[in-house]
Amino acid sequence: MKHTLSVLLQNKPGVLSRVTGLFSGRGFNIESLCVAETLDPKVSCLTVITKGDNAIIEQITKQLHKLIDVIKVVDIDEGEFVEREMVLIRVNAEEHTRAEVLRIIDIFRGKVVDVSPNSYAIEVTGSSSKIEAIIDILRPIGIQEIVRTGKIAIARGRASKKGVT
Amino acid sequence: MSQISGAQAIVKCLLEENVDTIFGYPGGAVIDLYDELSNCPDLTHVLVRHEQAAVHAADGYARVTGEVGVALLTSGPGATNGVTGIATAYMDSIPIVILTGQVPTPLIGNDAFQEVDIVGITRPCTKHNYLVNSKEELVEVMREAFHVARTGRPGPVLVDLPKDIIKDGIEFEDRKPIRMQSYQPNYEPHMGQVEKACRLITEARKPVLYVGGGVILSDGATELTELATKLNIPVTMTLMGLGAFPGHHELSMGMLGMHGTYTANMAVAESDLLISVGARFDDRVTGKLDTFATNAKIIHIDIDPTSISKNVKVDVPIVADCKKALTAMNSWFNNQQDISVEAEKAKHQDWFNKITNWQELHPLGYQDEGEQIKPQYVVEMLDKLTNGDAIVATEVGQHQMWAAQFYRFSDPRRFLTSGGLGTMGYGFPAAIGAKLARPDKICIDIAGDGSIQMNIQELATARQYNTPVKIAILNNQFLGMVRQWQELFYDKRYASTVMDIAPDFVKLAQAYGAVGLRATKKSEVEDVIKEALAVDNTVLMDFKISREEGVFPMVPAGKSNTEMLLV
Repeated sequence: MKHTLSVLLQNKPGVLSRVTGLFSGRGFNIESLCVAETLDPKVSCLTVITKGDNAIIEQITKQLHKLIDVIKVVDIDEGEFVEREMVLIRVNAEEHTRAEVLRIIDIFRGKVVDVSPNSYAIEVTGSSSKIEAIIDILRPIGIQEIVRTGKIAIARGRASKKGVT
Repeated sequence: MSQISGAQAIVKCLLEENVDTIFGYPGGAVIDLYDELSNCPDLTHVLVRHEQAAVHAADGYARVTGEVGVALLTSGPGATNGVTGIATAYMDSIPIVILTGQVPTPLIGNDAFQEVDIVGITRPCTKHNYLVNSKEELVEVMREAFHVARTGRPGPVLVDLPKDIIKDGIEFEDRKPIRMQSYQPNYEPHMGQVEKACRLITEARKPVLYVGGGVILSDGATELTELATKLNIPVTMTLMGLGAFPGHHELSMGMLGMHGTYTANMAVAESDLLISVGARFDDRVTGKLDTFATNAKIIHIDIDPTSISKNVKVDVPIVADCKKALTAMNSWFNNQQDISVEAEKAKHQDWFNKITNWQELHPLGYQDEGEQIKPQYVVEMLDKLTNGDAIVATEVGQHQMWAAQFYRFSDPRRFLTSGGLGTMGYGFPAAIGAKLARPDKICIDIAGDGSIQMNIQELATARQYNTPVKIAILNNQFLGMVRQWQELFYDKRYASTVMDIAPDFVKLAQAYGAVGLRATKKSEVEDVIKEALAVDNTVLMDFKISREEGVFPMVPAGKSNTEMLLV
């Protein structure tokens, strides 16, 4: 089963490799991983999507917490949460497809962030299934390049407080 | 405030931590630190002959004292040579701090001479590690390193020290209590869990205490013995747990697992309650997992939450320091109005009788064959002639298992062995570290003829510092443990395990200025050991044992613990 773990880390050199090394060394799976600074510049937040039964997820959260630089581990799936992913797509935009591409972007509430004589670079944010959907729809028109961020997530309502020790 | 050099600050930090001995090997990156050490009469530096030995010696020092051991290595190859020692300490949760030199900060990442990313290399085999990025953080990092190494589940911590930071001048700030936002180990047991565990014990009729190295690390042997004897609960120990409970006690069943006793393995299989204290359900202990202790409820006391329910599902987990948890359980039994300790004890009498029966049916043993030297006999004689009170280090292999089976440790912190990583070459340097820590104790390294050659160069270290370690080589001219597997499971194809080309160990010892003794007949064994113990020098005893002796009982890999091959 998929799990989204939100991990607060000391923002220091080498901390990310401690986390990824733990996953590879112990044979845990990483589906996607995102990391960036939080409000406190000394702390980073890492969102990792991983797979496994309950026993494996329990081990992953415990092992993460055992790392000296890990401040807190929250299994976001334990409560209500919102997750988002962003994608940047460079898609063919010839004279006869431009209007069609713009309509699709509009439907998905995307934005054009760069224009060239024969392509658009567009930005779309949403759930993974929404991202998959726009990619599927644009594919026949001709996608030149895709860059995806990986998922980030936040608990609904209050700040995620349920740490796993 | 006046400035001092980084090297002076490092030495001051070591003294703050009450370090009196460090083990190391110099090199270009740490030359300034060595220069400073030579000015410091309160710190003894022990010059080893290979960096791996420095780390093992620091580890041996830590195991017998319970204090943090310290090793000092230079950059590049000095550091990489130490990695086996670091991984050894990590697997066995031994508190050591390893200081490594690093090339100057501006050169890091440039493939400079003797540069290696030792922090990257040791990330998975240290509890934590640091590259000191600036001189301002040097002192804080040193203090944190010791704190992390000794607290919680102990382990090795590496501090990588760039040469410029060792040289630069810094302000040395006074010690403050260490606060680490993301590291606050828990020691105190949850009293509700303690009560649950104790209630389970009162319901059990066939309980077994399964005890590991955590009891020794937490100095909880006295509390463990109190609990076992108060309630008449038989005790089995892991390799790392040997010494946590007196080996000669009638409740001791000896070691369990792959080379455990018949009694211990049968008792665990039949028990209705397994009380695991500071042990981690390692594959060498459990054998085939689906058949391990299937009739038992399981209580698991461990300071590390990741150990709990990792391999075996646990009914009552207690995340706490073993000593504190055992103390809490003892006082629960002492103070509970509705519980009579005598009545609890009586509940286990039938079980105890059954265990005694097993012990009589299949005691540990071996076939005596005239004047052939049986390795088990050598260990028995070592036990007898040292009253079970020596510090015994081992290498890894058959001799290690014979030492574990036939030397009956009466006290904790007496048995030094690489339990987790299984490092050949560990024992001799560890014994040197132990002897320097406890000069009053007899220190023996029980070795094989293969293992001893992995760090034989340390004879020079032992001689230089007058550490009269006694090495007992159980010499069968084989890499015996692998040979035993080949005999049993590979149709006796002894691929690369024959070691009949070896040095004359007696002459080799003499070449180093140590004493070499040899026994080729059973009747010579006792005299050789007596002579070795009487000499005030490093002694190497070469026992030519019967070559194809096996370690039994043995649970073949992947089988259930009850499917033991017996003698």
